[in-house]
Amino acid sequence: MREGRRGRTLAQQEARAGIALLSPTLIVVLFMVVLPILWTIVIAFQSLRLRNLRTRLFDFQFTLDNFTTVLGSPGFWDALKVTLIYSVVGTALSIGLGLIAALVVRKPFRGRTLVRASMLLPYVAPVVAVTFVWQIMLNPELGIVNAVGTDLLGWKEPIPFLEQRTGTLSIFGLDLGVPTALIVVILYQAWRYFPFSFLFILARLQALPAELDEAARVDGATPLQRFWRITLPQLQGVIALLTVLRFIWTFNEFDDIYLLTQGGAGTEVVSVRVFNYLTGRGDIGAAAALSLVLALLLMVLLFVYFRFFVGRVEEADAI
Amino acid sequence: MSRTGVDTGVAERPQAPRAPARRPSRPRPPLSREIVETRILGVLKWITIAFFVVATLFPFYYMVELSIRAIEDVALDPGALWPPRGASLAAYGEVLRSVEDGGQGFLVFLRNSGLVAVASVVVTLAVSILGAYAIARLQFFGRRQVSVLFLAVYLFPAILLAIPLFVFFTRIGLRGSLFGLVLVYVSQIVPVTIYMLRNYFATIPEGLEEAAALDGAGRLTIIRKISLPLAMPAIMATSLFVFMIAWNEFLFALLFLVENRENWTVSLGLSQLAGSVEVAKTTLMAGSVILTVPIIVLFFATERLLVEGLTSGAEKG
Repeated sequence: MREGRRGRTLAQQEARAGIALLSPTLIVVLFMVVLPILWTIVIAFQSLRLRNLRTRLFDFQFTLDNFTTVLGSPGFWDALKVTLIYSVVGTALSIGLGLIAALVVRKPFRGRTLVRASMLLPYVAPVVAVTFVWQIMLNPELGIVNAVGTDLLGWKEPIPFLEQRTGTLSIFGLDLGVPTALIVVILYQAWRYFPFSFLFILARLQALPAELDEAARVDGATPLQRFWRITLPQLQGVIALLTVLRFIWTFNEFDDIYLLTQGGAGTEVVSVRVFNYLTGRGDIGAAAALSLVLALLLMVLLFVYFRFFVGRVEEADAI
Repeated sequence: MSRTGVDTGVAERPQAPRAPARRPSRPRPPLSREIVETRILGVLKWITIAFFVVATLFPFYYMVELSIRAIEDVALDPGALWPPRGASLAAYGEVLRSVEDGGQGFLVFLRNSGLVAVASVVVTLAVSILGAYAIARLQFFGRRQVSVLFLAVYLFPAILLAIPLFVFFTRIGLRGSLFGLVLVYVSQIVPVTIYMLRNYFATIPEGLEEAAALDGAGRLTIIRKISLPLAMPAIMATSLFVFMIAWNEFLFALLFLVENRENWTVSLGLSQLAGSVEVAKTTLMAGSVILTVPIIVLFFATERLLVEGLTSGAEKG
């Protein structure tokens, strides 16, 4: 090795070392991520089921059946609609809460470290544990929410928050139909993921130069004016980045909804549907086709976002 | 204000000498928008902080509270914020005891989760330290493309990736093994850890490494003796991050291990426990506490490190 080096330029040596050091990563990502993704595309065009996995895996007869099955099945468009509502509202809520949380702990006070740590708990705690606590809190018989609601708030009967597709909400004598379970699942998602936005917005807030804010104060700008005109514009970059990240993750979300409702009561998002095709029906081909539809849709949405809503695509580079 | 001062300045001037007469009662500042907003926001701030603290902590408190109550007691008095008829650790005993002793065998699940998490940390670090160093320090063809490739991985839903891996592992017989699961976790986490470590390596001055290179140290020696010790904070933060992800993960554990009970992780064991009717909700909560406590202890012990490691580079926006 040492002899070989002499013949090459320094740049060549460096390039070789770079590729050598990166090769374990590349191998892992190539074999466990890139090839599987490509393989999903192949499977999506095969009629592959769990029970004929042994015989049909390498039987490359391509068909569009999976896509017609998946796109034509009852409930597909509903699942798509639920996924979109869940991702858009969930993303907005989690970033909004994160922003508010970051603003209130921006300045030092006693106990700030503890407050900050407690605000991160929903995000670091295991998903299975927190979904179960929410399930029990919202349980009609045993849950504390319904106990408080019926004892103190005068609800006539307990509300099955996670099993009710549509509830009626009376406001000013108007009976409004509300998608109870979907709202609860979105609120849960805001609760669990706001810490992520909180963390990044807080880091950015604390790196902001104090001079601008001070200058605006001297010029007589009130706190709210300083927030809207000075602070918020400087947070635009990090909020745009968080919007993209949170949207991608919420759009692809599986665990939380599956554990909370199994996709029942009008909360079936596309990824839960993919899972049901895979394990419930053992239809691997259809599962692959639907997951491809999900991925393609996300790419289209992201393309639209970057093309029309964000003038500066550098935000993506900043990741 | 300043404008009216200028306009009427001449007319008011004669009155100026009267000002000292009012000195005993100090002039109260007018109730300006500045002061009103500051006061209201000052109050709102504390209300908001209280709201967030209660909203984030209460579910965890409730989890512990239910886990030490008897289920009959919960059914009688679901709204109690304090175990009204005494606490008992019976639920923990049931969860932790082995199946032969009539329990749920969580000790085995704890061991499995620990094994998977530690193995994921070790392998991920070994792979990503080398990769991150290469991306941060060395010029080579395809360096930028590789970074983009790693980010693109995150566009795809985990469930999409799960399908071919499920098929593949079923075919080669790795489904049900903890080794296969570690492999999946590593591949899922490596792109993020590369990014975290790369940012940190980029902040270490290159001069030290160059000096060592001039002294004739090879590349690997430089990494081991110089870059690694300097990057220790980032490496610690990355390890914790990987540990948490691997410990908490659910989807792949469910897909790969569900048929093989002795290899269940705590997350999977708990989710399967929830499916059976005869298991009381309080037992479920004891299981949840057991699943959560290691992560929370780890988190509080290392919070500062973890937060800095995760958001390093975020300050630039």
